[in-house]
Amino acid sequence: METLKEAENAIVEEFSMYDEWLDKYEYLIELGKSLTDYPESEKTDDKLIKGCQSRVWLDYKFDNDKIVFSADSDAIITKGIISLLIGLYSGRTPAEILSSDFSVVEKIGLRENLSPTRANGLVSMIAKIKEIAAENV
Amino acid sequence: MFPALSRKVYGKNIVYFDNAATTQRVKSVLDKWNEVSIHSNANIHRAVHRLSDEATRAYEEARDAVRSFINAESREEIVFTSGTTAAVNLVAFCFGEAFIEEGDEVVVTEAEHHSNLVPWQMMCKRKKAFLRVLPINDDGHLVLDKLDSILSPRTKIMAVTHVSNVLGIVNPVKGIIAKCHDRGIPVFVDGAQGIVHCKVDVREMDCDFYAFSGHKLYAATGTGVLYGKKKWLDAMPPYMGGGEMVGNVSFAETTYAPLPLKYEAGTQNFASIATLKPAIEFVKLLNNNKLTKYTDSVKEYMLNTLALHSKVRLYGVPQGTSKDKIPVFSFSVDGVHHEDLALVLDKMGIAVRSGQMCAEPLMERLGLTGVLRASLAPYNTLEEVEYFVKCLNIAIGMFA
Repeated sequence: METLKEAENAIVEEFSMYDEWLDKYEYLIELGKSLTDYPESEKTDDKLIKGCQSRVWLDYKFDNDKIVFSADSDAIITKGIISLLIGLYSGRTPAEILSSDFSVVEKIGLRENLSPTRANGLVSMIAKIKEIAAENV
Repeated sequence: MFPALSRKVYGKNIVYFDNAATTQRVKSVLDKWNEVSIHSNANIHRAVHRLSDEATRAYEEARDAVRSFINAESREEIVFTSGTTAAVNLVAFCFGEAFIEEGDEVVVTEAEHHSNLVPWQMMCKRKKAFLRVLPINDDGHLVLDKLDSILSPRTKIMAVTHVSNVLGIVNPVKGIIAKCHDRGIPVFVDGAQGIVHCKVDVREMDCDFYAFSGHKLYAATGTGVLYGKKKWLDAMPPYMGGGEMVGNVSFAETTYAPLPLKYEAGTQNFASIATLKPAIEFVKLLNNNKLTKYTDSVKEYMLNTLALHSKVRLYGVPQGTSKDKIPVFSFSVDGVHHEDLALVLDKMGIAVRSGQMCAEPLMERLGLTGVLRASLAPYNTLEEVEYFVKCLNIAIGMFA
């Protein structure tokens, strides 16, 4: 498996291929659609990430020492964003996750291209991933 | 006329369809703000010097303009606040202090903005009073038949929106007021949306209170207006204490200033308030112009297009003619989240609102987690509406 750094760089490269933001959205929509394994029964309030306009649920389990995330959202672009995040950080140890500076979201221009309310949602998603990692070091 | 509209977003001409949240400022408004701020900046009402006199004049001229615009009987009945929300809070608090006792009832409707709901709820909690709710039907219209059974001998005040910020339906407030007055119940009307699109004559309407925000009417932000019948404004205690609102102050006792200053404690947002005058002059110009015919046709086009769109579910379809509907269009698209559509439309240069529109109980009633809302102003054109519809279809296609 590629290192977290390599995976982050790959995403940055992938995004740099699209000039238009609408194309980036298309990419996120596809990513969102590919996220299908989140069970309805786990869409509970305790798994809801606060601070997003749309609803985002994030759950995790352990595979030996690695955290495996699963997520869902009722909005597809947001689902694409959480899909992108868990694609990077799922299947990694808490220490690996915490070693990231999460600058990938800035590098792909995601933060600046979302309105502040939606950027807050993104910040909340990252904070939750970090929190889960920190709790399980 | 509207400098903000000449800009581009993401390289595209801005199509600003979020006018129900705030309108763009007309140039005469910006000029007035600059004039007061640059030329006549001094605290109002207090000093005898020239600058203060000019600033005071600009502020008080705005009061006269508002009085005549809504046909209030006297300028004492016009209180400036920071916005509609502040006006509702003022009345909910002060009316509550003066007239509400344990076990009393306050009536609101199911279609209220949080601003015309939460302040009443807070007051009811403080006074151990009860909040009663006039429902809407599935089409978003108030169920007026139920009003009689909801009003009771314990009802002390009713608060109703002139026009819902979600549905855009003009409520029959005059009839509601008449019914309430038959029982001696005063009525507070939230005019945040109504003042923008309806001709408001407070004496003809006979409302006891009417509140609106200047920034939705082409004026600067922080320009709220509270109209209140003198008898109520006199009978209620002041809201905030401080400078300006006092008669004589001593440690033993303080008397209060006469209306309207009794309710205007502290330094007011005078440079912005002054812009209400040019804003109202602009609205009057609009109303006396052939432009209304054009804006009506743009509204009709939008209404018909969305109402007949196979994938769009429009909330707040007028029962009679489109006269009962202001150009506020809230809708959802089956299977597509409102946030997704708003994000894509934004990148196409179109500004629309998405979410709960500060009306959670109404969203709950309609069984929605949110809507997309396009709200038009007279500067919006038919071409813009056509572009919006085209982009909406593209956006829907992206998520299908």
